[in-house]
Amino acid sequence: MSERGLSWANIFEFANPKRFMDVSGRIIPWLAALTVFLIGAGLFLGFRAPPDYQQGDTVKIMFIHVPAALTAMFAYGAIAFASLLGLVNRHPLADVAAKTAAPLGATFTALALVTGSLWGRPMWGTYWVWDARLTSFLILFFLYLGYIALWNAIEDEVRAAKAAAILALVGVVDVVIVKYSVEWWSTLHQGESIFRAGAIAPVFEAPLFLMMGGYTALFLLLWLIRIRTEILARRARALLRHEG
Amino acid sequence: MNAFIALLLRDMRLATRAGGSAMLAVVFFAAVAALVPLGVGADLKLLGRIAGGVLWIAAVLAALLSLDRIFQSDFEDGSLDLIVLGPLPLEAVAFAKMCAHWLTTGLPLTILSPVLALLFNLPASGYDALIGSLALGTPAISAIGTIGAGLTLTVRRGGLILPLLILPLISPAVIFGAGAILASLDGLSNGAFPLLGAFSFVSVLLSPFAAAAAVRLNLQG
Repeated sequence: MSERGLSWANIFEFANPKRFMDVSGRIIPWLAALTVFLIGAGLFLGFRAPPDYQQGDTVKIMFIHVPAALTAMFAYGAIAFASLLGLVNRHPLADVAAKTAAPLGATFTALALVTGSLWGRPMWGTYWVWDARLTSFLILFFLYLGYIALWNAIEDEVRAAKAAAILALVGVVDVVIVKYSVEWWSTLHQGESIFRAGAIAPVFEAPLFLMMGGYTALFLLLWLIRIRTEILARRARALLRHEG
Repeated sequence: MNAFIALLLRDMRLATRAGGSAMLAVVFFAAVAALVPLGVGADLKLLGRIAGGVLWIAAVLAALLSLDRIFQSDFEDGSLDLIVLGPLPLEAVAFAKMCAHWLTTGLPLTILSPVLALLFNLPASGYDALIGSLALGTPAISAIGTIGAGLTLTVRRGGLILPLLILPLISPAVIFGAGAILASLDGLSNGAFPLLGAFSFVSVLLSPFAAAAAVRLNLQG
């Protein structure tokens, strides 16, 4: 086996539910500590950052808004990747991973939408503008809801996993087109984007990156916990079936 | 090929005869469009401006209405099992059913749309774009809708969750379709048609495979 084959073999070793439970159980405390540190440091530096010369203190909404948006997209990518693994390799852990990431992704999307509109109020004078980014995130949010609804609608777990995986893969192609089309649409309607071009000042960069890391760590932490919970719940159901 | 045409004609007959959904879709399309002036007021200038968008949204809703018939009714009366056992690959079955759906919803809606546009006082410069964008874009609705119909095949009352799955996915068609009409009203150069055509083409190309996979997993076990 080549090196590549070796790395794939490693992935599947962790995909064994028992091994996964062992490893994830050891990772979780460290990941939790990392999350608290990153978000704590990010918030601290964020609050100490000077007000922006144009946006004033409201620029600090960026620190909770931009990472939420990034995490929301990251979560969708994670779902699509897990769905592909689930469809191709038929591994139940990949199905569980895709299923459990969806409500987290939907929550981060909602968070990005809410913080975005709260940022929009002082900046644009209104809670909502049909800006390209806001609109494509709204559509992403509906995609998440549809994905979750499909999981809930099909009772048989194996069947639900496959159907949801097909939807996720169709969705990942579509989400790129949606993003592009919304940008096209928004330039047709509104002229140039409202966001200022140009680099972000270093004072803002540090807390922003810390918060990005913190949100990602938070997502991974909650994801691991949710996967573990789902595995345990399935085990409990299987045991009940045997006893009953 | 014979089996393909036979299936296509069968689905079209089922849709157009008594109890079928084709007439329903057309009437629904007109009814939704007629509700809009009641909602936004009878200002003809405003209506002419929003006519393209309104007709596009009405077309999407009307096409959604009959989506759960694509596989569902065949599944319920058992004929889907026979069709699957037949000589036609499932991908070709999905393609035939998608074509039948478009021929009985998208096409009649496109033909009816100029009449409704008259009621909306659409300026003369918008008609070509209206008919062109609906003709080019409604196949995408049927295509993505066929995937959704396959996915929700065994879901009880799948018609309820189907729109939630489909609507976000077809938003690019609405954006480019209605955008093409607006652009031609404003006399802008029209970049929407190639994009709409590309979206439609890719959807129609990929849909039979995704829909067939969805039907297959729902028929197993």
